[in-house]
Amino acid sequence: MSPAPVMVLACGNPSRGDDALGPLLLDRLQAWLEVTGEAAGSELLGDFQLQIEHALDLVGRRLVLFIDAGRQTPAPFVFRQAQAVDGAPYSTHALPPEALLAVLPRIDHQTAPPAFVLCVRGERFELGEGLSAAASCHADRAFELLQELFRTPEIDCWRSLLSG
Amino acid sequence: MQGDHFELENAPADAGTLRRVAIDPVSRVEGHGKVTLLLDENGQVQQVRLHIVEFRGFEKFIQGRPYWEVPVMVQRLCGICPVSHHLAAAKALDHVLGADRLTPTAGKVRRLMHYGQILQSHALHFFHLSSPDLLFGFASEAGRRNIVGVAAAYPEIARHGVLLRKFGQEVIRLTAGKRVHGTGAIPGGVNRSLNREERDSLLAEIYAIVGWSRQAVQLVKRLHAADPALYDSFGTFRSNILSLVGADGSLDFYDGHLRARDADGRILVDGFPIQNYQQLIREEVKPWSYMKFPFLAALGPQHGWYKVGPLARVQNCDRIPTPLAEAERREFIDHGQGNLVHAPLAYHWARMIEMLHAAETIKALLHDDDLSGSTLVTSGVRKRQGVGVIEAPRGTLIHHYQVDDDDLVSSCNLIVSTTHNNQPMNEAIRRVAQRYLSGRELTEGLLNHIEVAIRAFDPCLSCATHALGKMPLQLELQDAVGQVVDRRCTAS
Repeated sequence: MSPAPVMVLACGNPSRGDDALGPLLLDRLQAWLEVTGEAAGSELLGDFQLQIEHALDLVGRRLVLFIDAGRQTPAPFVFRQAQAVDGAPYSTHALPPEALLAVLPRIDHQTAPPAFVLCVRGERFELGEGLSAAASCHADRAFELLQELFRTPEIDCWRSLLSG
Repeated sequence: MQGDHFELENAPADAGTLRRVAIDPVSRVEGHGKVTLLLDENGQVQQVRLHIVEFRGFEKFIQGRPYWEVPVMVQRLCGICPVSHHLAAAKALDHVLGADRLTPTAGKVRRLMHYGQILQSHALHFFHLSSPDLLFGFASEAGRRNIVGVAAAYPEIARHGVLLRKFGQEVIRLTAGKRVHGTGAIPGGVNRSLNREERDSLLAEIYAIVGWSRQAVQLVKRLHAADPALYDSFGTFRSNILSLVGADGSLDFYDGHLRARDADGRILVDGFPIQNYQQLIREEVKPWSYMKFPFLAALGPQHGWYKVGPLARVQNCDRIPTPLAEAERREFIDHGQGNLVHAPLAYHWARMIEMLHAAETIKALLHDDDLSGSTLVTSGVRKRQGVGVIEAPRGTLIHHYQVDDDDLVSSCNLIVSTTHNNQPMNEAIRRVAQRYLSGRELTEGLLNHIEVAIRAFDPCLSCATHALGKMPLQLELQDAVGQVVDRRCTAS
């Protein structure tokens, strides 16, 4: 069975304040895609962090979207295209999207698909906190963008919606 | 035994004008860590400290919740080893429920989940966090010293690492019900077993997984053999060791009793019941650190601190109950020539032996029809508290809960693996600083030696948050009055 053409990878911990932005938006997108009957065209996956094995989730996709919270991101969000970055200088247990895109061709001999990052500004990230009021507003704006993206999941359309 | 173990913890009062170097945070270590070095005017190291932001806030997070929610909620404490917290909590709450003996199906499904976690965590650590240092050299070009660099130079090694990790994640998905935020373990048992089709899907891959794990052990042995002087001496210090061992003294990551040995390998404590852990372990508070320093109560803080994790486990047990890993353990023990191996870099070797054991255990479990049984839960006489201890990938993990009659958690205490290894990590970086940094101009490559020593322990600093831009690497150079004279910052 061939994979869904669009892969959405959302990162974040639902119990750490605004880090929940990723999983929250993923859930809203999933519900919206089911209502609109477009769910079959996309695979949605949430995780705490991007890890090395997520490179294999990119295989065979036409488009990839990463959703994450950002600490210093201009409000309400930044939507940008991600390019593979070889030799990312440092990494923690988690990988940035750019490093993941660089790893894929090395291990699977496939070119990474076009990938975009939706980075939504968060303010507070403490354990046990809920979403901040500011982040909630940012999430609403980001969800409007997600609806636009998934009405026309084509690279040219997504490029036309890049921030700035 | 450890007479000089506080050397370099505090700078001497007569050290004169000191220069302060901070590595903040340590890269490729989960969460937030900071190393501070105080150097005198000649560049001689006078004080070295690893500061870790303590695992905090979890009591408030857990208190007041119904006990049956806890195994799911605690996965959110840590984004790196959620399964370990999931299982340690479930084990503690088994006791609260009076389920002192799980059904065969529940016990084996949980064990399979845990060994899948060990396999994927060890694979991630070795192939993607530590192998860049080991394959390229500690002071090699920083831009190459990462997983992307490994994938470019050693694509097969990187590919095996990815596929081992992926397999471990699949084991977790099938046993926990979901790839992340699983619910498989519940107080008293599990909520699902594996059907034949699921077992067959894992069996189709397990033989390759065992093979790649064997290759990983060979790789780490070749690295040791290529430079034994470095691998045996880098950051080396002597200490006690502590871990769970199985009822028969075998290596066991999931269950058993506590055993401790001294630095010469003599057994200090054996058969210690996990429910009484507070009688065995105390924690010391030091004014300069947020993280506590555990020690064996009978020996006191000065002499009672200990290592946990792969290096401790492989040497604390009497045997490994799978043949390939046992053969490797014997070779590892022989390497010590009758002494315990204390070298931090030997953690990598021990870790790969454990990964092989996890792969062999998974293979054996997948052939066991109890995995597909239907009796999933048991219970007994309700108690007000329970302790769950598990050997997480990084070491001994303790969860302790008290539950009121209204079924709400009234208090909890966690001792995580990284806390046990707090003093050992500090000791390792002091040895490294003294050997490699003293009197020399501090370059990125030299400072990376400190990080190599820390990473050998695979610390997890409990931060499950990874918002983009939240984890820069900062290096600050400060003069004696705290003035920042240089600063470098690189986004993760």
